[in-house]
This record gives sequence, C-alpha cells and structure tokens, in this order.
Amino acid sequence: MDYLPNIIFAVILIAGIGYFARNIKKLIRNIKLGHDVDASDNKGQRWKNMARIALGQSKMVVRPIAGVLHIIVYVGFIIINIEVLEIIIDGLFGTHRIGLKVLSEPVYGFLIGSFEILALLVLVAVIVFWLRRNVINLKRFLSSEMKGWPKNDGNIILYFEVVLMCLFLVMNATDTTFQQMNTGNVISGFIAPWFGDNPDTLHLIERSAWWLHIIGILIFLNYLYFSKHLHILLAFPNTYYGKLTPKGQFNNLDAVTNEVKFMMDPNADPFAAPDEDDTTEEPPKFGASDVMDLNKIQLLNAYTCTECGRCTSECPANQTGKKLSPRKIMMDTRDRLAEVGKNIDANKGEFKADGKQLLGDYITKEELWACTTCNACVEACPVSIDPLSIIMEMRRYLVMEESSAPMELNNMMTNIENNGAPWPYNQQDRLNWANEN
Amino acid sequence: MSEQLKVPTMAEYMAEGKQPEILFWVGSAGSYDDRAKKITKAFVKLLNNANVDFAVLGAEESNTGDVAKRAGNEFLFQMQAMMNIEVLNAYEVKRIVTCDPHSFNCIKNEYPGLGGVYDVIHHTQYIKELIDLGRLSVKGDTYKGKRITFHDPCYLGRANNEFDAPRNVLQNTNATLVEMKKHKRTALCCGAGGAQMFKEPEKGDKDVNVLRTEQALETTPDIIATGCPYCNTMMTDGIKAKEKEDSITVLDVAELIANDQG
Ligand code: SF4
Ligand code: SF4
Repeated sequence: MDYLPNIIFAVILIAGIGYFARNIKKLIRNIKLGHDVDASDNKGQRWKNMARIALGQSKMVVRPIAGVLHIIVYVGFIIINIEVLEIIIDGLFGTHRIGLKVLSEPVYGFLIGSFEILALLVLVAVIVFWLRRNVINLKRFLSSEMKGWPKNDGNIILYFEVVLMCLFLVMNATDTTFQQMNTGNVISGFIAPWFGDNPDTLHLIERSAWWLHIIGILIFLNYLYFSKHLHILLAFPNTYYGKLTPKGQFNNLDAVTNEVKFMMDPNADPFAAPDEDDTTEEPPKFGASDVMDLNKIQLLNAYTCTECGRCTSECPANQTGKKLSPRKIMMDTRDRLAEVGKNIDANKGEFKADGKQLLGDYITKEELWACTTCNACVEACPVSIDPLSIIMEMRRYLVMEESSAPMELNNMMTNIENNGAPWPYNQQDRLNWANEN
Repeated sequence: MSEQLKVPTMAEYMAEGKQPEILFWVGSAGSYDDRAKKITKAFVKLLNNANVDFAVLGAEESNTGDVAKRAGNEFLFQMQAMMNIEVLNAYEVKRIVTCDPHSFNCIKNEYPGLGGVYDVIHHTQYIKELIDLGRLSVKGDTYKGKRITFHDPCYLGRANNEFDAPRNVLQNTNATLVEMKKHKRTALCCGAGGAQMFKEPEKGDKDVNVLRTEQALETTPDIIATGCPYCNTMMTDGIKAKEKEDSITVLDVAELIANDQG
C-alpha cells in the first residue's frame, strides 16, 4: 500500500480543482446573464492596460503604504506558489523535493531562500493589513456596507495567508535533509531549533505541514468564489475590458436613437430603422432595474470588486455624508447577481421571479440621485471598475421607465423640451447677453 | 466691459457666403445665467482682441442635452443632440470652442455617435492656442504676485484629461499658482455635475461645494480660478458660506486673462 498517500493526494487534488472549476462555470454563467457589449476594439491598448494595471499594479501605488504592502503580498503569493508545483509533483509521484533532482543545489537553495524571505515579508505585510482593518480604524473600512460578512471576509483572507506562510516555513524548518543541506533555509534555519531534534517528531511535523499546506491552498482556491478575493483572478480580464473612451463619454442608447430618428423624420420607413443593428437584440427596457439589464462587463466589474473602498473615499457625495457609496453599488450588484445565480441553480437552470430586484431592494433612489457623475470613483479604482455606469443605467430606468426623477429635475427637463434651456427663458432671447451691459 | 462686443452669428456669415474660423458654443448657462454671461463676455473680448473670426448660433443654439442625459433622460438628450447636429452640419461647422466643460464633453464625445463630428475645444485650450500663436498677449501685471488656485472641472480634467491648458494660461498672469491637495486627477467635484445643479442635494452632513471651498481655502488664495460656469457658481456660493467674499474672488480663466489685457 505504498501508493496510498499518492492516491489520497490525487483524490484531494481532483476534488479541490473540480469544485473550483464548477464554481467558475457558475460565475461565467452568471456574468453571461448580462447584455452583450462590444469590446473587440483596440486589442493592443487593452493588453497594455492589463499588463500595466493588473500585472504592474500601477494604480495601487497611488496610495503608497497600502500599495507597496499589496505588491509584497501579491508578488509573494504568486512566487511562493511556484513551490506548489513541486508539492503537486511530489504528492502525485511520491518523490521528495523533486526540485533538487532537476536543479543544482545552489539554484534550488536560492529559489527556496527567496521564497522564505518573501514568506516573511508577506507575514509582516499581512499583519500590517490586519492592524489597518481592525485596530487603526481607517475610515474606508468602517462604512456601513463593510459590516458583517465583508469585514470577516477581509480578515479570513489575512488569516489564510498567515497560516499558509507559517506552514511553508515550518515545513522547511522540520525537513531535516533540507536543513542539513544548509542552503536556502535563510529563515527556516532560525526557527528549526524550536522543534527539537527527535527525527520522528520532526518527520511527523514536516509531513503534517506539507499536507496542511496543500490542502489549505485548495481550500483557499475554493474560497475565492465566495470572496472579494476573486479579484486575484478577475482583475486580469476586468482591466482588459476596462473603459478606453474618455471617462466623460457616456454611451448613447441605440434603441433610443432609432426611436428619436423615427420621431424626427416623418418620412422614415418604419421597417428600415432596426436593420442597422441586427446583431444586438432590442433591450426589453430602457436602463436597468436589475442585474440582467446591465451588461456583461458591468457584471464582471461586480465580481472583480475588491471592496477596497478607494472609490468611496474619493466620492464627493460620500465625503459629505450622503448615502451614496460607489463601493456599495458594486457590492450590491454582486450580491444580487449571486442571489439570482442561486435562484437559477435551485430552479433547474431557469430564473424564477422572486419579487426582488437590484433597484429598491438593494440600491435606493436616494443613493442614485446623489451622484454628481464626477468620475472620481472610476479614477480611483485600482482594477478599472466603473461604478458610475451602473448608477447611470439605473437613473435611466428611473427616468425613462418610471418617470420618477426628483421634481426639480422634471421641471428642468420640461424647460429644455419647451425652450431649449434648463431654465424658463425664451429661446429667442439666447443672444440677448451680447447687447446687455 | 463697456466697449461694444462684436458677436456675429452663423446666419450672418452664411448670408455673406463666408465661414468663420471657429464656432463659439455659448451654452445655456453662458447665455442666460447672470454670472456666466460675464464669463461669456470676457471670452468674447479675448476673441475680439485676438481678431478671431468667430460666430455664434444665437437663437439657433439649443441646450446640448448634456444635463438631461446625466439625469437619465436619454430621449431628451438625443432629441436635443440631433436638433443641434442638424443645425451645425447645415452650417458645415468644423471647429467649436465653448466655455462650458459639460458642453465640451458632450459635443466632443457624445455627438459623434449621432452624426455630429467636430473638432471641439475648451476655451482654456483655445486661449492657450491664441497665446502660443502670438495672436493674444497678456500684460502680466494685474495679478502679479497674487495667489491663484485653480479648481479642475470634472468634465475637463478627469473626464477628458486636460489639466495643463488652464494652468499654462494662468502662468501668463505672473500670479503664484498654488495647488489644492486634491487637484488634477484627484480633484474634488464642485458638487454641480450630474444634474445636481438643478436640484436640492440629498440628505448629508455638508454641501459638496462647501467642502471643496474649504480645500481651496487651505491654500490661502486671493483668487479661486475656474473653467466652468457651474463650478464658478458653486465656488462663489462656497465662499459666501464661508464669509470670505471680501478677501477672495472666484473668477473664470477667461475673466482673469481679459482683465490682464494691455
Ligand atoms: S461619479 Fe458619482 S459615485 Fe462616483 S465618485 Fe462621483 S459622485 Fe461618487
Ligand atoms: S469599485 Fe474599485 S475602488 Fe471601489 S471598492 Fe471596488 S475595487 Fe475598490
């Protein structure tokens, strides 16, 4: 029964990865509930943005402390995961430190040595992150939308990192052959004495740490789907699909264009209008009252949101005590989308109306009308999320489907309709200023 | 500004069979709002001084629809846009300048998709161009040594990445330019955008324009410079709320340059 550990390992690995794949499929299905949106333009620029913003973390360092710490955790996380490759091979084939067989001792030692240093740096960074979240009371982590699960989620990830990093170091410290080699044990060499020198105990600890490490990583992988930590994967597609046009440019609704053209041209052929955009199906309504009315990029945005609150801390409405928080807009969108997804799971692939929607049950009018469309949130977001576009879609719904704009805005719009200005002045007087003194 | 301004209309140019260099899009605020009209006139004075062949649409201009769009009324926006585009295209307009960053953004970015493609610039960009070409000169002594802080309009700055033109123009006054902590990309909105100008703010603990004014006051300025009629109103109200109207003035970049002409 020499193969038993290998078989157990393979089963755990397949189960872990299989469950993860299942969740990713669900995630993609949920995102596809959104409208199509054409983002096939400017591929070069899109790849560049992804490399710069997601891989290069260019937007993170706008806030230097959090930015640098985040880069440490990010780089540490990615690089240390190279070690996971070795663990998987060892686990499947019953080898021990296969890396030593393919690499020379100094090279292997150098690699593991760098991993150990990174692991320590990650530990330090994670502790600072924890303090920022739980002791220093940074304002952007205290908002009402951060109570409960979002707060726990943030902490759970930090605990995960601590445990994984510690297991990695303990695994190395208790590996007697590795310690005897005495190269690459730059950190673990210091903690090795803590574990005594009984070979059996050491071996037991080493094996436990090894198993827990890989199991921990698989659990972490599967935790992602439920966590704001999805951004470590989705930041890449999300920055690729980020807005390329000037921030001030809002999309023009094609469905409206067709109707307006028809209204303005009495000779228009009623059957001629739609054929220019036969690729996009007619949206069932103007604007958005629920997640299915948003587009796929907006839904991808929602899953990518890291809940960092950089958007909200720059938002003029939020800074002056209004209810609006662009972070909450993104979190609400994700929560509702997850709810719709569960509904579809429970009803054999069909969404059953549940009497709820994003507008009203999650996001209130009061929040939507407080937005100045200033784009500060879009500018601040480190992963190219556009909360403003969702706010705009919902305003469109409020105005065009429900006619429920605030009264003053309705007056303003009536003025524009009647006299071409937001105030009740006569259009013929538009040039009067030139003759006034 | 007592001297008579020359403000020709597109229709007049058309009647003479001529095309102006540029169309001046006055915008609704610039046409009707008392404070904004002063900015309009200051800018026209600069155009006159630089001998620019420009025209306005006059009564043929209508609201861009920008504010309706941002309020969520895409119908009204597109109606306004198509009406304006019809007029602009009929006059074969190529180049447009405006003192309103909202009109600037809307015509530049949102009209092309509806058939209105023009070269649109903001007045601070145009003033810079006129100075660079030597068509307009600035005396440089009216505001010499004064402290000026420039408030970035959202729809010029963040929305369209123009941060330098207004600052470059202001440098010609020999004033000391001081920056607020939040400036350029991270500038705080004045509070007027997204149709807020036309409604009461939602419940909160402060007005956005007061917060922005406080940020401006931290630079101990003599003058707050703006590049948008709505920002101008908001900052002026903010200064009043802080009871600083005796020591600090809010002026548009065009007004500052117009006051500093030889
Ligand atoms: S665009 Fe709206 S939500 Fe975003 S920062 Fe400005 S006011 Fe806040
Ligand atoms: S939208 Fe962007 S800035 Fe806002 S919380 Fe999410 S990730 Fe952070």
